[in-house]
Amino acid sequence: MRPFLFSKSTAANQAIAKKKSNTQFIAGGTNLVDLMKKHIANPDNLVDISSALPNKVENTAQGVSIGAMMRNSATATDPTILAKFPLVSKAILAGASPQIRNMASMGGNLLQRTRCPYFYDVTTPCNKRQPGSGCSAISGENRMSAVVGHSPQCIAVHPSDLCVALAALDATVKVMDKSNKTQSIAFKDFHRLPDNNPEKDNNLPADALIQSINLSNNNFAKNCSYVKLRDRDSYAFALISVAAALNLNGNKIIEARLASGGVAHKPWRWLEAEQFLKGKEATIANFEAAANIATKGLKPQMHNAFKIPMLKGAIETALKQCLNP
Amino acid sequence: MKQEYNFSRRFFLKTSSALGALAFIPRGVKAFYEDVKNYIIPTKEQIPLKVSINKKSYAIKADTRTTLLDLLREDLNLTGAKKGCDHGQCGACTVHIDGQRVLSCLTLAATLPGKEVTTIEGLANGDQLHPMQEAFIQCDGFQCGYCTPGQIMSAVACVNEGHTKSVAEIKEFMSGNLCRCGAYNGIVESIQKVAAQ
Repeated sequence: MRPFLFSKSTAANQAIAKKKSNTQFIAGGTNLVDLMKKHIANPDNLVDISSALPNKVENTAQGVSIGAMMRNSATATDPTILAKFPLVSKAILAGASPQIRNMASMGGNLLQRTRCPYFYDVTTPCNKRQPGSGCSAISGENRMSAVVGHSPQCIAVHPSDLCVALAALDATVKVMDKSNKTQSIAFKDFHRLPDNNPEKDNNLPADALIQSINLSNNNFAKNCSYVKLRDRDSYAFALISVAAALNLNGNKIIEARLASGGVAHKPWRWLEAEQFLKGKEATIANFEAAANIATKGLKPQMHNAFKIPMLKGAIETALKQCLNP
Repeated sequence: MKQEYNFSRRFFLKTSSALGALAFIPRGVKAFYEDVKNYIIPTKEQIPLKVSINKKSYAIKADTRTTLLDLLREDLNLTGAKKGCDHGQCGACTVHIDGQRVLSCLTLAATLPGKEVTTIEGLANGDQLHPMQEAFIQCDGFQCGYCTPGQIMSAVACVNEGHTKSVAEIKEFMSGNLCRCGAYNGIVESIQKVAAQ
């Protein structure tokens, strides 16, 4: 680790005011400390914000507000989340280990960096780590990489499980700047595709901190599922993950939600497949047809064509599990 | 081979006049040099810390970069928590902070004031081992023992959290602790044994 100055803030605006050119905020630290050890993140100033942000799940008129400092494990076992948004709990529990979930904050989960091996290997070129140096994954080891939404500059995927559920449920991210002004960012606009500047993972404004993640009440609590496929049974990043949720009237699908992790630079929504399922009967044949629509026209890399049939199977399985949660 | 050091008259005159000239450099230039040095070489910050570990208070000074794991092992001689990967992938460094299991290798010591840390050294009650320590011995929950302090701290938390309803649940909630000897069956058995008590 490179030397840095450490300070602690007890209020968000105070923390933002401390921000200088090379300042980083630390909450859970599960990703940042690791990046600092590997000399990928080299802040001169580190500001501890663990006492500066809300850490409760609160009922609001529209739904719930999850404080940015809620630990992942506490969110997954929160009674309100379990009752109203079980998909969020399922996704959190599919990720990381109990120790890491105890440490990691909800806001930090949204801001974690990719796990592309070249991003972590400082001896190789990587446009995300060192803009303009090139992408080693495109012609290298890319079985974990993206199959949709990638650019010639970057084929990395977003590693979060939680974010896949939040994308499926159309969450919003409330952020605050140093003048205490807040704004809400729709989850689909929070993370971004790599395009020509993959060093930027998201659209969080400069000098702003995530305050909370907000979810609106919905009718998906009864029929939702999270399927995660990885190299071992537990404690590994997703090769493919699928969050599925159905709002059913009898056997008729009023609304469907489908999102995936392990496929793109951001949590990916399968909007066409959702549209197809709307108004249809919840049958295996329709689920298969929806999976076919989602997996049509994807662009795998040299080493991950296997992700296409894997994704198709995962979507079908997730939709079937929605019927018997 | 014997090496000879031959300082020529020319070398002596050059060096001594250079050093002499240094004394006459205006203050402003020296300050500029200091500024440049500070900009290029970041300041190492030592901060005073009050930490509570195994119900004992310590007042120490530590570099801001110190992780809880290094603080325990290098400064406080509590070498129970092990450094396996040092990147949050193996669980050998697992300790409890305020009763919750966490990874000490990814925890900065600077974030600890006001919190209570429990390590494997704080688990036994005097000479009486913790039931989980007893169970690991009885059920062969280890072979080489390197991952064991982390496994036991994680196992205690696993029981406290109530994630012991089935073998599958225990395995899922112990997945953050790797054992390269493969003592997993004994570890699961130990946890079942303590959970049943």
